[in-house]
Amino acid sequence: MTSIEDYVARIDGTCGKEKDVIVTFKYEKKDEAIRRILEKATMKRSIAGIISELSYKNYSFRMYGSGKVILRGIESKEELNNLLRQLLF
Amino acid sequence: MLNPYKIREDFPILKRKVNGHPLIYFDNAATSQKPWQVIEAIDDFYKKHNANVHRAVHTLSQEASELYETAHEEVAKFVNARSIEETIFVRGTTEAINLVAYSWGLRSLGKNDEIIISLMEHHSNIVPWEIISKITGFKIRYIDINADGTLNYDSFESLISKRTKLVCISHVSNVTGIVNDVKRIAKIAHENDAMLLVDGAQSVPHMPVNVKELDMDFLAFSGHKMLGPTGIGVLYGKRDLLEKMEPFHGGGLMIREVSFNRKTGSCSTTWNALPWKFEAGTPNTEGAVGLMAAVKYLKHLGMENVRKHEQSLTEYALPRMLNCSGSVEVYGTKNTSAKSGIIPFGVKGLSSHDVALFLDNYGIMVRSGFHCAQPLHELFKLSSSARASFYVYNTQKEIDRFIKVLKEIGGLQ
Repeated sequence: MTSIEDYVARIDGTCGKEKDVIVTFKYEKKDEAIRRILEKATMKRSIAGIISELSYKNYSFRMYGSGKVILRGIESKEELNNLLRQLLF
Repeated sequence: MLNPYKIREDFPILKRKVNGHPLIYFDNAATSQKPWQVIEAIDDFYKKHNANVHRAVHTLSQEASELYETAHEEVAKFVNARSIEETIFVRGTTEAINLVAYSWGLRSLGKNDEIIISLMEHHSNIVPWEIISKITGFKIRYIDINADGTLNYDSFESLISKRTKLVCISHVSNVTGIVNDVKRIAKIAHENDAMLLVDGAQSVPHMPVNVKELDMDFLAFSGHKMLGPTGIGVLYGKRDLLEKMEPFHGGGLMIREVSFNRKTGSCSTTWNALPWKFEAGTPNTEGAVGLMAAVKYLKHLGMENVRKHEQSLTEYALPRMLNCSGSVEVYGTKNTSAKSGIIPFGVKGLSSHDVALFLDNYGIMVRSGFHCAQPLHELFKLSSSARASFYVYNTQKEIDRFIKVLKEIGGLQ
């Protein structure tokens, strides 16, 4: 059975007042993760083919072609895992 | 002037690509890349000389000890310390400041005493003092910062008094790159019988620093920011001050004698000579060897040349950043003669992390966040900032590519 860990290499809280969360996908899985997220989330706009501004339910976030997603307003690890599960599976 | 294109040949990592683009490393204020000369010195140590230092009479131990002591000598000469007795090897700037805070501050500062820190300090020059202050009750007073990020010298002079026992200041701000007038601060501190501790993490790697000329009592700096390995740093201290201080850590090497008294049932100890009194346990010998190689490399380049090269890069980059888009902001003073090679910036409407991730996509590495200096960001009313910081191997061509991508980011709004 696939799990979040199959896709995610790192989860980092950012330094600064914003308290964003950056999810970095595993290099070999990043294209698949990006494709799956693009299928689930709504594209608000694509910037220079590098950044996708997306929304999903009440969340809006940015995804980068390098396989990184920057998420705002995440309150807990559980909330983050739920969101990733919904986006990836 | 330096030839950065020739220097780049010494840095293997600069040949790699990141996200399909040639690496542009503009995060030198966080850590520097390492030349072959440093990598090979460490490699050579493990292949030929590895043994514990100051422990044995055999050949390898003597060779390792010789290298370790020579590293102290090279570093002492690099900052113009009087001797190796004034040059203590630690893990880095943070540990060097903690050493002074615990060995001197904990024992010497009481309820009626004060120390002065600036609001532009890295957390490593704030937090140790806040911890010790809560134990002994001394007061910390903070020097104000002007709107352009420069130190408010009037504020400093208004705070200092006969109660002040220590002034702690960065030589160069790790956020704005502003160079503080340490000589002026030392003079005022000493006129008031206070000591001066300088955080040299962002100055020693980038400009000539002469502890005697600047009359510093303590100077802390890190090896990894000056082409050396991580896990090695230096505390310079005036010999008479270090002699009076008690050790920070206890263990092997830092003692001369540990004698058990059967009558009292306890051990009495006498401390080793400087600098070993402050270097307990098996030291980071390979780190010291690597740091020595880094110091030799920088000396060969010439620290005046290093300073000029970084200043020329800042002079090249700063106006281009300001002109590249209305939405790109540069924080702090724009007076490049008062700055090192550090430029904090932001793009309106984007978080610093978005900016850093966008640049990362093009192989350009910059730092984002508070840079461990939250009080300064609060003063600037910034939730965070992006930071480009240059070193000896950076070029104008790299800045051109950085500006091109920055224009793209600025045009996104």
